[in-house]
Amino acid sequence: MITPKTEDEVSEFLVNTSKSVRIVGGGTRQGLGNHVEPEVKLSTLGLTGITLLEPAALTLVVRAGTPLAEVQEALAAENQQLPFEPMDHTSLLGTQGVSSIGGVVACNISGSRRIQAGACRDSLIGVRFVDGMGTIVKNGGRVMKNVTGYDLVKLMAGSYGTLGVMTELSFKLLPKPEASATITLHGLSDADGIAALCRALGSPNDVNGAAHLDGKTFIRIEGFKGSIAYRSEALKSLFSDSEVTVETNLDNNSKLWKSVGDVDIFAKMKTSIWRLSVKPTKGPEIVEHLRKGGIKLEAQYDWGGGLVYLSVADDIDIRDYLVEMQGHATLVRGNGGGAAAMPIQNKLVTKIEAGLRAKFDPRELLNKGIMG
Amino acid sequence: MEMPTPNAAVLNKKSHIVRRLSKVLPRESVISEEHETRAYECDALTAYRCSPMIAVLPENTQQVSDILRICHEEGVPVVPRGSGTSLAGGAMPTADCVILGVAKLNDVLETDYDNRLIRVQSGRTNLSVSDAVEENGFFYAPDPSSQLACAIAGNIAMNSGGAHCLKYGVTTNNLMGVTMVMMDGEVVEIGGSHLDSAGLDLLGLICGSEGQLGVVTEATLRILHKPVGARPILIAFDENEVAGACVADIIKAGVLPVAMEFMDRLCIETSENFAKAGYPNAEALLIIEVEGSELEIEEQLTKIISIAEKHNPVELRQSNSPEESAKIWLGRKSAFGAIGQISDYMCLDGTIPVSELPFVLRRIGEISKQYGLRVGNVFHAGDGNMHPLILFDANKSGDLELCEKMGAEILRLCVEVGGCLTGEHGVGVEKRDLMFDQYSHADIEAQLNIKDVFDPKWLLNGAKVFPLIATEDRRAA
Repeated sequence: MITPKTEDEVSEFLVNTSKSVRIVGGGTRQGLGNHVEPEVKLSTLGLTGITLLEPAALTLVVRAGTPLAEVQEALAAENQQLPFEPMDHTSLLGTQGVSSIGGVVACNISGSRRIQAGACRDSLIGVRFVDGMGTIVKNGGRVMKNVTGYDLVKLMAGSYGTLGVMTELSFKLLPKPEASATITLHGLSDADGIAALCRALGSPNDVNGAAHLDGKTFIRIEGFKGSIAYRSEALKSLFSDSEVTVETNLDNNSKLWKSVGDVDIFAKMKTSIWRLSVKPTKGPEIVEHLRKGGIKLEAQYDWGGGLVYLSVADDIDIRDYLVEMQGHATLVRGNGGGAAAMPIQNKLVTKIEAGLRAKFDPRELLNKGIMG
Repeated sequence: MEMPTPNAAVLNKKSHIVRRLSKVLPRESVISEEHETRAYECDALTAYRCSPMIAVLPENTQQVSDILRICHEEGVPVVPRGSGTSLAGGAMPTADCVILGVAKLNDVLETDYDNRLIRVQSGRTNLSVSDAVEENGFFYAPDPSSQLACAIAGNIAMNSGGAHCLKYGVTTNNLMGVTMVMMDGEVVEIGGSHLDSAGLDLLGLICGSEGQLGVVTEATLRILHKPVGARPILIAFDENEVAGACVADIIKAGVLPVAMEFMDRLCIETSENFAKAGYPNAEALLIIEVEGSELEIEEQLTKIISIAEKHNPVELRQSNSPEESAKIWLGRKSAFGAIGQISDYMCLDGTIPVSELPFVLRRIGEISKQYGLRVGNVFHAGDGNMHPLILFDANKSGDLELCEKMGAEILRLCVEVGGCLTGEHGVGVEKRDLMFDQYSHADIEAQLNIKDVFDPKWLLNGAKVFPLIATEDRRAA
């Protein structure tokens, strides 16, 4: 394992090496992606520190190896937060360590608020990275409106380290909410639950959390106190024929949504965990389709139905059952902790992706094969 | 404006290319007579004009594919065009090019309120996307000021913004999927009705690539339910710095208004003379709009007013009716037109960190004196996207060049303080030669490499975005 302390050291190492490299941050998301066998590991944990935090401009610039918790703490001190609510993978993947902000970006980790505030890639406004030849590249910057040249910032988010070693990242931030409310509907089927979430998300109430699990349908709103009181009533009135409860305690809500985001309900199960990204209304249909195919599974829905986590008892590749599906499926955790698997892409997209990787990392050194 | 020398071999086979295109398109969709192609000689950057060799107006994705395949085989440069409203010359032709206009691709293909999306053909105008979902209470959020005319294709090419970005983001944050035709005619589907990308984020790469990576023919866009209501407030100050400080305090207090617009004295006075909105006599003016129900609007405005009052505003004007709201917005919305009434002008769109606002405004004032050209500043204050308007006289020899030189200096200033050359208009031809002021050679090379993957022959809008000298070898190969 080598742990460069500066961007220049990352560059120097990559210029001089011919070994295959696995980029690692805090190690909490190590299970994600296809298994790779590298000759050497490169840790980003030597690249730490917040380089700029400007609350009045809602802007953060931070080195990639900085622990996520440290970032969140610094933002909380200014009453701000990362908009996209990244999940903690440790309990689901059974990993240890301290998540780094670079790992969050490399995997484009986005939680429940993604439905309203966008994904990690939407908050990312600038990136510095070292490509596979050791060349230092920057793109974007620290301003939230920037269309100067191609948007490599989005491309780097979710590229699993296959295009370069990210060294510094810029984000736009959101204020922390003064108040929040979770409206819970009880006893709805999956299909009815998702239909309810569609109604809530299609209303003018600025819903920023929409999940269904364990027979409960959760709708979250955040904002100023008066506004939360008003919108809670507005949402309740949409569901006057259901059993509805409302939670307005900030701490309780933050615990609840952390547990949804971290997929706690499946964490302890000895099953395969699949993650599906689909058209929201299709979520329950797909689950039903799989059940009819004889597959034993449990489902948690987030993003209004569009993000489905499945706990599947059997060690099977559910992608075989989902050929017609628009969207994609990822094996997050194999049965008994086995290897994960990434979505299958169409041929032309695969060709474009291969072309891009050949430009950024022509020697195929970086995290080779992790995305398929 | 320097453009590549037209390829004589291409010009010589014009009639052959017209014949080939006519085989795959209806006759009226191929425009090749000189008096007709002139309609495509420029976009909204009207200072530069050049008629294309041919213009084509396909009606579906298949025709776009056929056109690109033929142009690819014949080695003909292609310049895609939405509605031609680019302020940066993004759709400006070269003499040897085929203009591929998507104006006839304007259908709504699908509206899905449960999944909050609309699928449209890319030639559809921005405002008509919102119009298509309005009766159900929905809208499409990005709202560039040209929204009445500009096409979604161009919005995607330039990653267009608008006044409401602070809350709703720009095009890339509201784009879910595209059908795109590659330069060799292959059709690729990227994204769709699901929320995140399966592999590399190609959608994010395509959005803002200024028509250089492919021609988008269909787009899936996120739609939202309209807020219950919205109301602006007008706050005037006797110093730019104070207005800037007020904006910073509002954001720090956790209020995220849907729009925060800034105008300086020249813009206030000019628009007041023109539109008679009743604006106060002040150095700086903020128009801040908040959204929600009546109660939510009151709650936010109360917070904003209490912050603003600490900065001793010259005037703080609340709206008590839709008419008064319209009047508050009237002057801002008339600002560009009003300046246009008194002078020719060039509109810049550099973005700066909000904290640098007072310094940058002061420096712009100094640069203005130095060049002897007046500048008015209109500004999306929440996100730092400036729109300095440089006044010049197009009939006065040398004035345009002087104005461009001054514009370049202001944009360099934006970069120096940590900002960028363009926040929402795009680079096009206009800011092409300033790219090395923002990016290193390695940064640019990484971007050129991407175009190599999508368009190895560099036929698609290849004379834009990057300095010609940086792309010369690739375009010649």
